Amino acid sequence: MSKPIIATTSLAGCFGCHMSILDIDDRILQLIELVEFNKSPIDDIKTFTKQCDIGIIEGGCCNSENVHVLKEFRKNCKILISLGECAIMGGLPAMRNGIPVKECLEEAYWGGPTVGLNTEKIMPNDPELPMILDKVYPCHEIVKIDYYLPGCAPRADLIWAAVVALVTGDELNIPYELVKFD
Amino acid sequence: MAQKVTIEPVTRVEGHGKVTIHLDDNMNVAQSRLHIVEFRGFERFVQGRPYWEAPVLVQRLCGICPVSHHLAAAKALDVIVGAGTGHGLTATGEKMRRLMHYGQIFQSHALHFFHLSSPDFLLGYDADPAIRNVIGVALNFPDLAVQGVMMRKFGQEIIEHTAGKKVHGTGAIPGGINKNLSIEERDLFLHGADPLNIDKMIEWADSALQFFKGYYMQNRATIDDFAHFPSNHLSLVRKDGALDLYHGVLRAVDAEGNKILNDVDYQDYYNYIEEEVKSWSYMKFPYLKHLGKEKGWYRVGPLARLNTCDFIPSPMAQKEFEIYKAVTNGKPNNYCLHTHWARLIELLHSAEIMKDLLNDPDLLKTDLVSKGIKVHEGVGLLEAPRGTLFHHYKINDNDEITMANLIVSTTNNNEPMNQSVNFVAKRAMSGKAEITEPMKNQVEMAIRAYDPCLSCATHALGKMPLDIKMYDAKGNEIDHYKS
Repeated sequence: MSKPIIATTSLAGCFGCHMSILDIDDRILQLIELVEFNKSPIDDIKTFTKQCDIGIIEGGCCNSENVHVLKEFRKNCKILISLGECAIMGGLPAMRNGIPVKECLEEAYWGGPTVGLNTEKIMPNDPELPMILDKVYPCHEIVKIDYYLPGCAPRADLIWAAVVALVTGDELNIPYELVKFD
Repeated sequence: MAQKVTIEPVTRVEGHGKVTIHLDDNMNVAQSRLHIVEFRGFERFVQGRPYWEAPVLVQRLCGICPVSHHLAAAKALDVIVGAGTGHGLTATGEKMRRLMHYGQIFQSHALHFFHLSSPDFLLGYDADPAIRNVIGVALNFPDLAVQGVMMRKFGQEIIEHTAGKKVHGTGAIPGGINKNLSIEERDLFLHGADPLNIDKMIEWADSALQFFKGYYMQNRATIDDFAHFPSNHLSLVRKDGALDLYHGVLRAVDAEGNKILNDVDYQDYYNYIEEEVKSWSYMKFPYLKHLGKEKGWYRVGPLARLNTCDFIPSPMAQKEFEIYKAVTNGKPNNYCLHTHWARLIELLHSAEIMKDLLNDPDLLKTDLVSKGIKVHEGVGLLEAPRGTLFHHYKINDNDEITMANLIVSTTNNNEPMNQSVNFVAKRAMSGKAEITEPMKNQVEMAIRAYDPCLSCATHALGKMPLDIKMYDAKGNEIDHYKS
């Protein structure tokens, strides 16, 4: 039987969840034995080259590009996992949801003590930049998500236990103290 | 026919980025831009939050070096709670934070060297992209791959035992720290079973540095020739001119080594630094105010730090520093790829500093927090793995944040990265009709040398994904290359 195929991505996240994946430390060598990687920073396959078994999503959706990537993942992965608070509920970036985007942009580029000379009121608006969404959306509001691994960031042992259970088909046995909601 | 080349995504500090390169009618590079395409809005949405939340909120900008944001915010709040800057903390408070910070420098630099740059050096920068990644390293050089993984693990465990968690810790609080180190914890790091003890880490850091030096001696012409251009350099230095990554005064030198910012107190950094906003990027462009936009831009990070400091206060790293400085006759080093060398000297230095700190009985004491008279504004700076990081907060009488200004390390390197991309693009692509993989990888290498934040994570697991599109003058796609 061929190895299960995994894809991962970071949307509107901070890459902390991917760092937590790296925190499985030397088990990463076992992971390479267990699974094959497709579209992921791990091997730099930029677009899906085949149907995947598991897609791991870090981060919610804050712009049009995030939505596009997430839909691609749903289309190409049998199982999607929301990894960490941002994917599950928007996380910290969603703190902007109660504030008009305009105010956030004006504060960043016109306010503050070090942009004093921006008298022409320049604002990033180039066609090269993707559209900002009105709010930061959790992944399950855009596509169907199958599993949720909480934490900010989820502990490496939690990620390891969940991935191993999924790829081996063994029963998932996660000790209570591994599941954090920070 | 004028053309435009697009490279995307290049991942970055606040998400993804991309590169566009404009070619003129003679197929010469007319303009190149690194665009940062994501926006978060931290400056606005932390307004109204209680100030003590800042160290745990703002670090969520970045999961790759959260400790830097955690500590820079805490340092700004030290000022606000009246604990002073730098040496105002208790010995335990300051040294625990230093241990946390040098643990993070150690893990981040190890990650960058072993997971990110070593594929280029070990497998060749022109190797098949399919194997030119950390898996290729693990398969071909398993011992070295294990060293990289274990060094990163050691740094992460130092962070866990000082900050409480490996990613997004909670250890630093306004005015100090919320835990000291137990004797058991200290002994674990000092005398743990191989390889997880500090002596092994110093040994491995040194061997990584010797490996790079050997590589440099064999490939000197190529490395020196790759993206070198004069620039200013900025960092914190200790008051006596020593390299210090946690606290100091702001110093900047020009390409010749003349001091253009002479050891100033960073509490009024806004008198010296200003940022330009450009319509094509969410990342701002900082520059030294007195020199202006055109001449005032500067580099930060390992290369800049070894250009601004006078010496390194740990013996093995100081010896290496002297060898490194001799290459440029003591003048500032403006070779882009020498950043890797400088980074490895800092890796060794961090390991030496951690050993000194672990042997310091102050870490075991229990006086953790300093207090004073509250003020309404504070600035915190430190040297993050990738360069100088600025945090600035104002609060009101209700202890709510009313203003937050952040200049992150990678933002400081915005103009230098654009310059490097331009340098490499001109050399590699001018006059060519077609984009090849080696050209693309050279653009990657130019950006990668700065270890820009999110691409660091991308690299942590492999190589930077690039998507290059070529357009004619009317915007029609004429060529498309995917890595």
